[in-house]
Amino acid sequence: MSETFVLPVGPQHPALKEPTSFRFKVDGEYIIDADLRLGYNHRGMEKGCEARTYVQDIYLLERVCGICSNAHMTCFAQGVERLMGIEPPPRGLFIRCLMGELERIHSHLLWLGVAGHEIGFDTFFMYTWRDREVVMDLLEMVSGNRVNYGMQTFGGVRRDLDGTQIKTLLEGIAALKARTPYYLNLGATEPTMVARIKGVGLLPKQKAIELNTAGPTARASGVDFDVRKDDPYAGFGDLIPFTIVTDDGCDVLARVVVRAKEMMASYDIMEFILKNLPAGEIRTKAPRRVPEGETVSRVEAQRGECIHYIRANGTDKPDRVKVRAPTLANWPATLYMLRGAFLADIPIIMAAIDPCLSCTDRMAVISDCRGNEKVWDWETLRQHGIDFHRRRGIRP
Amino acid sequence: MDLLKVALYFLVYPGLLFLFVYSTFVEWVDRKLYARFQNRRGPLYTGRAGLLQPIADFIKLMAKEDIVPEAADKPLFNAVPVLALAAVLTSGLLLPVWHFTTGIVSATSFPGDIIVMAYLLSLPTFAYFLAGWSSASMYASIGAVRVLTLLFSYEVPMFLAILSPAVLAGSWRMAEIAQFYQLHPEYLPLNIIAFAVAVLALQAKLERLPFDIPEAETELVGGTFTEYSGRKLALFRLLTDVQMVVGAGFLATLFLAGFPGGLIPGFLWLILKTMAIVVILAAIRSVTARIRIDQMVSFSWGYLAPAALLQLVIVIIMKGFLP
Repeated sequence: MSETFVLPVGPQHPALKEPTSFRFKVDGEYIIDADLRLGYNHRGMEKGCEARTYVQDIYLLERVCGICSNAHMTCFAQGVERLMGIEPPPRGLFIRCLMGELERIHSHLLWLGVAGHEIGFDTFFMYTWRDREVVMDLLEMVSGNRVNYGMQTFGGVRRDLDGTQIKTLLEGIAALKARTPYYLNLGATEPTMVARIKGVGLLPKQKAIELNTAGPTARASGVDFDVRKDDPYAGFGDLIPFTIVTDDGCDVLARVVVRAKEMMASYDIMEFILKNLPAGEIRTKAPRRVPEGETVSRVEAQRGECIHYIRANGTDKPDRVKVRAPTLANWPATLYMLRGAFLADIPIIMAAIDPCLSCTDRMAVISDCRGNEKVWDWETLRQHGIDFHRRRGIRP
Repeated sequence: MDLLKVALYFLVYPGLLFLFVYSTFVEWVDRKLYARFQNRRGPLYTGRAGLLQPIADFIKLMAKEDIVPEAADKPLFNAVPVLALAAVLTSGLLLPVWHFTTGIVSATSFPGDIIVMAYLLSLPTFAYFLAGWSSASMYASIGAVRVLTLLFSYEVPMFLAILSPAVLAGSWRMAEIAQFYQLHPEYLPLNIIAFAVAVLALQAKLERLPFDIPEAETELVGGTFTEYSGRKLALFRLLTDVQMVVGAGFLATLFLAGFPGGLIPGFLWLILKTMAIVVILAAIRSVTARIRIDQMVSFSWGYLAPAALLQLVIVIIMKGFLP
């Protein structure tokens, strides 16, 4: 078969957990070209933020992503804190940091399982997800929720830790710390798994920098960038020690290794936090109105650098909120890695950046076959929605 | 009386009824083992410990809407599942279980039935190819091409592997081969390499992990079966289960000395030996990731085929020394 044809992957496909659309030009089992269309899951959250108060926005932005909910929340909260000119007390910072690391563990365990599933290794998937329940239980114990924790607020965190919780946390972390080397070992030595991930999805260091990759994807290509080190927040830097994990493998195997080692680093951070938790308040009181100004806030989410831009106009509602989730930074690199790869490697290469599609989705302008573009502003879109429902007999 | 025996043979044991019931049981064992290996519980609710779950799944699929794509080659698309199932059920009749006497050549046990068996077990693979090809879907077409590539990689090692016990026994008739090893169980370990090759090739033939390349869910949606639904998909799934039973029975006949002792002990041997092979197949499925089609080809021709050839050489040399 020498002729090429276009293989659609998405908007609905078993390899995709959320809707997006890839178009692969394939020649037999080889991919010649890859193209991406976003916009299936745009939820208008940035615009929604402008209609709500800052306090409401924390909880709206938490729901940007189900996996990095705490990262988005932290990012927004610390940006607004900067605008307000307040600083959380040390105990608040420590608990904020602990939540981030607990979330990183649950996300990385989830990712390891998904990676196993994408290459058909469902046993690996089941094992990692079983252990993920340990950290999910810890998160539930600390925050009361398994997914959206609602822990961060302006000026600190909303819940304190008591002695028994710290004890349970340390036990849970010790259990996970004992299990993680097993996954690292399995991922790096099991022959069929190594055959599927070694040398797959190559992204040289130079290319990783050029294409602006973020997070474990970049660190697996030897780029030693981590917001926790380069722009310390939530107690990192001066209060909490942190070591960066990189790997020079540049392939999917390196991404597995980096994530597994990052988990080990996170256990150390969390143990340090729990053993050196300072006494005192967990939050300072924050004003309701935010003075005029703008800021950029950065957080190292588990998938990479998460950036929020916030512009305040002196009222209790933000003038503009812009979210850049880490997945958006990694798409160009994914397309680069997919070109020239095997058809069978599509799922694992895509999964290797740990994509989160709904957080990254942008509004797309769709042009019809005649090339007519239709751009609607907010008012027209709103009016369309009202008319749409009225035509169906629903009172708006 | 003979007529009754033939009817029983075709319809009850080892014919239609036995193959259906036993294949659902084997699917249950496979699913349960796979689940336990993964720290899950597996089927639980339908029947005792979920025993009836495969049958429930079958009935449910049979009742589902049956969709045929507009662009599909309709006669072929409809005929393929039935033909393939017929081929596998026929191959089940060739298993030497009780209805044969080594002295008398019959329609179900004759010199050369080992070849017919291998042929009938290969037919479903071609059916998969035709199923994918007639679906006129992108995913199914790629799956179909992969089915053929897979066939070319495992079929030669499989044939070479089943050759060596036959050569050692000096017969092309399964009943005689089994009898030979029943008389000389000490020769069984000689075929150990061929047995390993045959088990791996059977795993590939059944398109199970790590060789489920043609229907790789995360890559090709459902592979060759993407467009199949309802009754036809149910038939395909039943087919895979029956193929597992017959394939395991085939290997048990050749490598584990068959099922001696007439009706009842033979039946117990059949369950025991096929189950042993099913356990191995389930274990392989649990501990591996899916390999790529190019890795499959190089694995088959780089390791499986040479190993089978080496086994053949060993057997031929040994045959010179044995009485």
